Amino acid sequence: MTYVRPKFRHPELKKNKLGYTVSYYEGALSTLCAGCGHDSISAAIVQACYDLDIEPHKVAKLSGIGCSSKTPAYFLSNSHGFNSVHGRMPSVATGANLANRELKYIGISGDGDSASIGMGQFVHVIRRNLNMLYIVMNNGCYGLTKGQDSATADPGSKNKTGHVNTFQSIDLSSLAIELGATFVAQSFSGDKKQLVPLIKAAMKHTGFAFINVISPCVTFNNNVGSTKSYDYVREHVEATGTIDFVPEMKEITTDYAEGTMEHVVMHDGSIIELHKLAQGWDPHSRISAMNAVQLAKAKNEILTGLLYMEHESQELHDMLGTTEKPLNTLGKDVLCPGAAKLRELNATLR
Amino acid sequence: MKPTDIQNPEYFHKVVDCQYACPAHTPVPEYIRLIAEGKYTEAYMINWDSNVFPGVLGRTCDRPCEPACRRGRVEEEPVAICRLKRVAADNKGDVQQHMPHGPFASNGKKIALIGAGPASLTVARDLAPLGYEIHLYDEQKKGGGFMRSQIPSFRLPESVLDEEVNYILDLGIQKHFNQYVSSLKEILEMGYDAVFVGSGAPRGRDLPDLPGRQEGAANIHIGINWLASVAFEHTSKIGKKVIVLGGGNTAMDCCRTSRRLGGDDVKVIVRSPFAEMKASPWEKEDAMHEDIPIIDNHVPKSFVIKDGKLAGMTFEKVHAVYENGKRKLVPTGDEDVFFQADDVLVAIGQENSFPWIERDLGIEFDKWNMPVVDAVTYCSTNKKVFFGGDAAFGPKNVITAVAHGHQAAISIHLACEGMDMMQRPAPHVNLVSQKMGIHEWSYDSTVSDDERFVVPQADKKVTLVNRKQEVELGFDRLHGFKEAQRCLNCDVQTVFTESKCIECDACMDICPTSCITFTVNEEEDQLREHTKVPAHNKEQELYVSDILPTKRVMVKDENVCLHCGLCAERCPTSAWDMKKFFYNVTKAVNACQQETVM
Repeated sequence: MTYVRPKFRHPELKKNKLGYTVSYYEGALSTLCAGCGHDSISAAIVQACYDLDIEPHKVAKLSGIGCSSKTPAYFLSNSHGFNSVHGRMPSVATGANLANRELKYIGISGDGDSASIGMGQFVHVIRRNLNMLYIVMNNGCYGLTKGQDSATADPGSKNKTGHVNTFQSIDLSSLAIELGATFVAQSFSGDKKQLVPLIKAAMKHTGFAFINVISPCVTFNNNVGSTKSYDYVREHVEATGTIDFVPEMKEITTDYAEGTMEHVVMHDGSIIELHKLAQGWDPHSRISAMNAVQLAKAKNEILTGLLYMEHESQELHDMLGTTEKPLNTLGKDVLCPGAAKLRELNATLR
Repeated sequence: MKPTDIQNPEYFHKVVDCQYACPAHTPVPEYIRLIAEGKYTEAYMINWDSNVFPGVLGRTCDRPCEPACRRGRVEEEPVAICRLKRVAADNKGDVQQHMPHGPFASNGKKIALIGAGPASLTVARDLAPLGYEIHLYDEQKKGGGFMRSQIPSFRLPESVLDEEVNYILDLGIQKHFNQYVSSLKEILEMGYDAVFVGSGAPRGRDLPDLPGRQEGAANIHIGINWLASVAFEHTSKIGKKVIVLGGGNTAMDCCRTSRRLGGDDVKVIVRSPFAEMKASPWEKEDAMHEDIPIIDNHVPKSFVIKDGKLAGMTFEKVHAVYENGKRKLVPTGDEDVFFQADDVLVAIGQENSFPWIERDLGIEFDKWNMPVVDAVTYCSTNKKVFFGGDAAFGPKNVITAVAHGHQAAISIHLACEGMDMMQRPAPHVNLVSQKMGIHEWSYDSTVSDDERFVVPQADKKVTLVNRKQEVELGFDRLHGFKEAQRCLNCDVQTVFTESKCIECDACMDICPTSCITFTVNEEEDQLREHTKVPAHNKEQELYVSDILPTKRVMVKDENVCLHCGLCAERCPTSAWDMKKFFYNVTKAVNACQQETVM
């Protein structure tokens, strides 16, 4: 078994604007099962950060517990990382974000970590519109404890032991739309063509960006009868449209028929191009997004792609009116203004 | 692109760059692994089967394998393949027990070999065990040919050469040494079933028209003749000031030998620019290490004679101008340069010479006075006369001569058996999975980060006073092991089975050198642009699968694959497997026993 990735890379790897090759964004060698969808998502994050010329030291990656939550070890070795308590990644992310708003926050969670033990944390971080990318690596089972059905397992889905799930499933994307998330997307680990631009767009979004990624568990939930297997997802996947992420200043060239494409200009001038939009779907309308998800569900389809995005969103810092600067750049006199200031403040509350 | 046909052994053979580049197709990674395991005898025998002279070649080979080595494309330096071969030779045990032993039952056929160099000796080794009566002719007193006369002892100790020549002579070869063959007709009249000409390229080029050549003759020597004279101990000293003309390996051997025979001020003077000299880079380095300057861009103009004796030479300074890819040496216009010299060695090339072959024997000669030889069978237009080594297509090197010898031996055997010489035997191939457990391989898949190790050399103070003191000391066992670990095991092939692939992308994500891409199928040129890193090295193949369920294909660019096995380790369904590919050129001994291919 190989524990250390060989150090050699392709000699012709291209460098991004920062002068880094994609290998600078890699992490340690994965210890997840061979063929795990999570590894593909890690690779998509590596690719997206490289493409966006993100400085790795300006990223914080946080996770809870589970197979999914191990993955921050497998990407962005040069970034900050925090492997927190089961289901409590949102709290830690909130604290970190409030202390330093200049970092990019990538939260990694799984269906157990978010839809079961961490459900309370999950719904509140959405409400608060914390400025972060929140990825759920959703395999419909508890892979780390040998594959019991999770809360996202679909009713009727059969697990490896032959047990058929009788409970309703929690649809994390619908929930996120419902609770006011300002960017919601759904994707499949086996479709990097879609996943990479979605991650890029989500990282450029101001506010809470949620991506629910179906990520097959090859060991415990890739059997016939499972609705989260590679084969089932490939057969039932339906995209809202194709998505391209265009860095700013690039001329838009299109070969799509009029009316089938939409541009969304992001804060920094970069553009998301959406092509071949599904009929009757408006990515800026919650009702339309909800309808699209429910319609697909009724047809036994898994709707992927961008589901909803709010263009001008107020993130938590804006709502709280916090300081513009990270706390670690403020002097002691600002952070601890002293007893006199405290008395002054108290006086205003009497 | 069409799916790659991995049933064709040449596909995987080409992936093993070193073996493919070797004229004799020595299974390089196989013997390097054996060295790492400390199995020196076995490693030696793999070599002996393919290249016949492992001890000699481990010191003197032109090593076409090393520039081809994949390691040289992922980092600075290739594996020191040549010097590892020497590790096997230096540390081997009793190898003779693994070699054929006579006396062999006679098959009633008689073969004559003209010249006892590497080509003829290879033919002898390949045919003797089949029962051929082999007569080996050479004008010198010992076998070895140019390996003995031209390679100085400080590069190749006589004992090493004797040992490996004797392994062959001991197979019951009839030796006719000290016998110059002056007529092929006479040989043919002696009733041989076949005659193999392995007489080399024995004529050193001269500068007959240069002013002063006649008057200075006593101190002007032809390089290869002079080296032979030193090797056979007819010459033991040279003047203090020596000029060596020429930029090839013979020039390097001449100048370094001169340093050992009394030359204090030895210079190599060459017409071409330094970078374009024919000598191997390491031989140039070794010469410069022995305080021999190499003066380039100087064209010899005249030998200067003073008081009836050679005093030096004048040279015209030139520079290289390139027109339509052709080089021209144009005078710079500077004043001619004079260098003092007591002796001059002319090492400006060598050529074939067949004054002893009558032209009415049915052997066709071309306009360059070279015999017309078939490049596959090595047969001349006289079906009983074969050529190999330098005698066939002009001066090359030992390993090429060996390769010719193997093929000529096959042709001779097929001809003597009354079979068609053009029906060449297929190579021996084998492809076996290396999977031992879920993530275990039976080869050492870890990729060593070590840089190429330097072979230690004996001190100049010792080597320059003793012509027979070997300069290179060879790797010790520890460094041999470490250098062997640098080998990427390119013969352990990544083999892909479409029907097992679930397209999880794990292999594509894990591959450290971005070799694998899943994409829509296209023509080769487009596909090469659309791999994860564009596959611009067109000498390296693309391995393309059949169409997968999502309508994509798997494309693997073989160029910089580390053969680390990570794709197969991360594959949940064993669609990738690491399989050891063994490819061995069939020798005469099995040439008639198996099916033949075109």
